[in-house]
Amino acid sequence: MAQRLLEFLQRERPAALVETGSHVGDEIAVVHREHLVDVLTLLRDHADTKMNMLSDLTVVDYLGQQPRFEVVYQLYSIPHKHRLRIKVRIGDAQDECWVPTATGLWHAANWSEREAWDLYGVRFDGHPDLRRILMYEEFVGHPLRKDYPQNARQPLLRRPDAPATDDQTTRLLPDSHDRRVS
Amino acid sequence: MAESSASYIPTVLQDAVNWAQKYSLFTYPFATACCAMEFMSLMGSRYDIARFGAEFPRFSPRQADLLIVIGTITERQAPVLRRIYDQMPDPKWVMAFGVCASTGGFYQNYTVMPGADQVIPVDVYVPGCPPRPEQVLDGLMALQNRIQEHRGHCQQQIGNTAAIGYTDRRKLPVLQDGTSMTLLPEERMPQDGRVR
Amino acid sequence: MSAPTPTAPTAKSVAHTVAETYDPHTGRQAGEMPLSPSLQQFADEAERLPTDELILNMGPSHPAMHGTVRVVLRVDGETIKDADVQIGYLHRGFEKESEGATYTQIFPYVDRLNYVSPMLNNVGFAMAVEKLLGITAQIPERAEYIRVIVGEISRVCDHLTCITASLAELGGLTAFFWGNRAREHLWELLEDVSGARMTHSYCRIGGVAWDLTRDFDEKVRGKFVKVRGLITDIRKLVERNRIFLDRMQGVGTISADDALSYGFTGPCLRACGVAYDVRKDHPYSVYDHFDFEIPVADAGDNLARYLVRIEEMEQSLRIVEQALVQIPPGAVIVDDPLIALPAKREVYNSIEGMIAHFKHIMDGLRVPPGEAYSFTEGGNGELGFYIVADGSGRPYKNRCRPPCFYITAALRQMILGTNLADVVPIFGSINMIGGECDR
Repeated sequence: MAQRLLEFLQRERPAALVETGSHVGDEIAVVHREHLVDVLTLLRDHADTKMNMLSDLTVVDYLGQQPRFEVVYQLYSIPHKHRLRIKVRIGDAQDECWVPTATGLWHAANWSEREAWDLYGVRFDGHPDLRRILMYEEFVGHPLRKDYPQNARQPLLRRPDAPATDDQTTRLLPDSHDRRVS
Repeated sequence: MAESSASYIPTVLQDAVNWAQKYSLFTYPFATACCAMEFMSLMGSRYDIARFGAEFPRFSPRQADLLIVIGTITERQAPVLRRIYDQMPDPKWVMAFGVCASTGGFYQNYTVMPGADQVIPVDVYVPGCPPRPEQVLDGLMALQNRIQEHRGHCQQQIGNTAAIGYTDRRKLPVLQDGTSMTLLPEERMPQDGRVR
Repeated sequence: MSAPTPTAPTAKSVAHTVAETYDPHTGRQAGEMPLSPSLQQFADEAERLPTDELILNMGPSHPAMHGTVRVVLRVDGETIKDADVQIGYLHRGFEKESEGATYTQIFPYVDRLNYVSPMLNNVGFAMAVEKLLGITAQIPERAEYIRVIVGEISRVCDHLTCITASLAELGGLTAFFWGNRAREHLWELLEDVSGARMTHSYCRIGGVAWDLTRDFDEKVRGKFVKVRGLITDIRKLVERNRIFLDRMQGVGTISADDALSYGFTGPCLRACGVAYDVRKDHPYSVYDHFDFEIPVADAGDNLARYLVRIEEMEQSLRIVEQALVQIPPGAVIVDDPLIALPAKREVYNSIEGMIAHFKHIMDGLRVPPGEAYSFTEGGNGELGFYIVADGSGRPYKNRCRPPCFYITAALRQMILGTNLADVVPIFGSINMIGGECDR
């Protein structure tokens, strides 16, 4: 059914699509970053699609590949009961690691974009309040990046005589992490 | 003879005070995670922690003397836990409810603190994920034994002030980590006074 | 107040009966005496008195903030002018942990996401991996039925906990104890099946761990009588209670459009008048075999959410009863040595069985490369799992779509302009579960 959605996109915005495909019944469209907001707006407002719910927003970190990050939007339409997954691929360089915000389209984008920034360090351009949400503001780095060590704790507080742990310190962090917390 | 009777009376008095304290524990549940569901059962009619003298919870640390750390403590939560412990009046005891509060459990990662004992002293550890209510009651009885035998963490450190009567608390030895109610407010942690 | 309808009222009818005689603007029932002139003058003056704004901190360790959330409020008198909802105090690194665990080892982590209804999370995650493996159609029917049964019992536990905990925060401690008793009965059933009181880890990829106990059927019937009685008792206790109604009705209202934009799902969305339920709209498992209804309320306030949850419990109990009649005999896990663990007898007596067991435990079952988003109806709404597999025994990425994360995001809008005391019932009625919201 949702194959129809990919055809719709190919018909309406052929220039925006990088590729389309489907896997185990899920339809996926990869779009260019500059066309992202345009495509999302079209999908939300067009009478044939009516994607009125941003079901989920997340990032996948393909460490070692270029472009490194994939920002994944799961869209759902309550009236038409169909789903579509939109992806944007971005690099990890300082000036590359951003996508335009979708907060103007769905309220749900507000917190999920903050979470994506917090855990993956992807900046959302134009977000009204982009700050950490799950980690504390003193935290350095973005923990769900593949090169963040699983055990690298950054304690705020310890007793001087606290039992020993196997903490790895953040000195192990490679340079790819954006240490600034904006 | 005179010496032994002189030391005998304070010991008996202390035993009596310990006995009174162990059956009138006022709990403060620091409930964060899954174990709180099990704590609700513990308060409910079937398991009924009130039978053991640990009555229904006080939701202010100022009125409690048993801090039950229920659930995972994350690094972000640590200053909050520390502050609540500091706010409790001495003598006070701490029970770690569940493996997450004891050791971090199977969460060994960047955000979970490996046990509440990283920031506060803990008297009794109750394992289980989450522990059954029977286990917690067993832990509570173990704590009561400790209190009776004067082995509770803060009892050892500061002496039983209640039994001795008025004492200048500033002169008492402080906890090893240097923070307690026995210190002035500005000497306590967190230094910047912020709750994160 | 008029007497409630004698038959079991639906969500709409009860709200309607209550609304007939009650005026939410004046806060009075019809026919009530107005204030005397002097008192009225005093009340008018009190409204005009200027007050300074105050920053007030609620949480993260607050008795009414079950779960750990912190709300920084800017209040003018009692009125909330602005709020900053801060979560993350229970962020436990679910995704990072899953990346280092085999698919089977993730089940315990999944249990602790929404720890009030672990079975539903189990089912949701198992279905996501099965979708990637392409074995959704091969799951034995008995296993599907068992998943439905334990899942729906779990859903009742979830709603019971939500309702009774928020009632306790409103001061109705009796309801809390009664709800607790009902939940103990249901936990006993789940403990019979899985061996654990609340973190069950009972599902497996390709089915469930083992069969139901022999006398499960009769036990369920016996327990359900008691649970229904306790739910009725709770309803009798609160639904005609003036304090309860004053604090629930017309408080925390959110419109359907806003709710959809925020990504609401589950009972909170259905309380806004949108009948979206994954069980009906995209029937998974064997949910199309049962006769059940999706309760919908229109008001979008606390009372509507309460009524939807109450009615959903009854529907879940009905599903379980139908499933116990329909359940067929047979296997409870797929007959595929690459997916299911070998029987213990084989492990201890044959070298093949032992090797298979060893490979399963050490390497995990191999999932072909690809990605899938699978969604089920969890306790709070659409529970999605977005899994990216790279062909090894461990997921490359395992993202959980937490329903109450998106609902908590709307808390700011819902509490703006209300009174300070209204934060507690609003927060209670959206059923924010820390483990799921912060993961």
